[in-house]
Amino acid sequence: MIVAEKKPIEEIIDTVKDCQSILVLGCNECVTVCEAGGKKEVGLLASALRMHFLQQGREVNIGERTLERQCDQEYLEEIRDIIDLYDMVVSIACGVGVQFTAEKYHAKPVVPGVNTLFMGANEARGVWSERCQGCGQCLLAVSGGICPVSRCAKRILNGPCGGSSAGKCEINKELPCGWQLIIDRLKALGRMDDYEKIIPIKDWSTERAGGPRKVVREDLKL
Amino acid sequence: MRPLEKGADGVYVVGCREGDCHYNSGNFRAKARVEQTRKVLDALGIGGRRLEMFNLSSSDGPSFARYAREMHDRILELGPNPIRTALAKKKKPPPAELQAAVA
Repeated sequence: MIVAEKKPIEEIIDTVKDCQSILVLGCNECVTVCEAGGKKEVGLLASALRMHFLQQGREVNIGERTLERQCDQEYLEEIRDIIDLYDMVVSIACGVGVQFTAEKYHAKPVVPGVNTLFMGANEARGVWSERCQGCGQCLLAVSGGICPVSRCAKRILNGPCGGSSAGKCEINKELPCGWQLIIDRLKALGRMDDYEKIIPIKDWSTERAGGPRKVVREDLKL
Repeated sequence: MRPLEKGADGVYVVGCREGDCHYNSGNFRAKARVEQTRKVLDALGIGGRRLEMFNLSSSDGPSFARYAREMHDRILELGPNPIRTALAKKKKPPPAELQAAVA
């Protein structure tokens, strides 16, 4: 899922300080699971903003809505009838949701209430870690199901490098070396022969380096 | 947040004793939520100490009473919730001269 974390309340207050009417817009998907931008967080942020403006002696209208997804046109349509009631939208969806809302309602300022971080997994309660960088050319079949692009700090395709020590990465003693994880997994799978195979130079044009990406599925288009 | 937004001077959440929750980790999750909210209340200048979480079993009346007294004392020490003061100001009747003009 896409992992995000809440922006500090002070930063959000500074962004919306001149508004008279604000819509706090949540999303029911990834940001709900990582407890950064779902319905509960919408309630919490809206309440915090109301209390802030009350203390300022200002009457600011704070609306609350949570959409099924902010990255789909059909769900964004659900706020068409109320969007004009507000000066600004604070979207606490991921960066995709913030941008898609802004695209849909071109004349309305839409600002983020979260920082979007990465595509990751929920390791334990309150712990998420990165697993995928969407490089567009998946290598997991040859790397024992562990991604050298997202798990190795240097994104080395034939590792480990000299900075791997006692199974940890040189950039952080707490961070497992991605290549150590790959080797351990290949051993467990009895597939160490795969480790001897040189992974060829990767075509990075399918990654972000090739510019903003787009998928057009002719089989799905209407 | 809602009770404090309505002007409550303090709020305490009571959960089962740690390790005794029917929902296993429900009380730990609530505790984490309370901690998060306290930080927001501090940032807003309302004071995180207005919010507290206590753990006790449903049959533990004496502890319940002790926590209630503790929270009561804390609220007296902290004074009124600034939101209550702000709400009272908002509801303040218009000045006498304005009322007379309308009459």
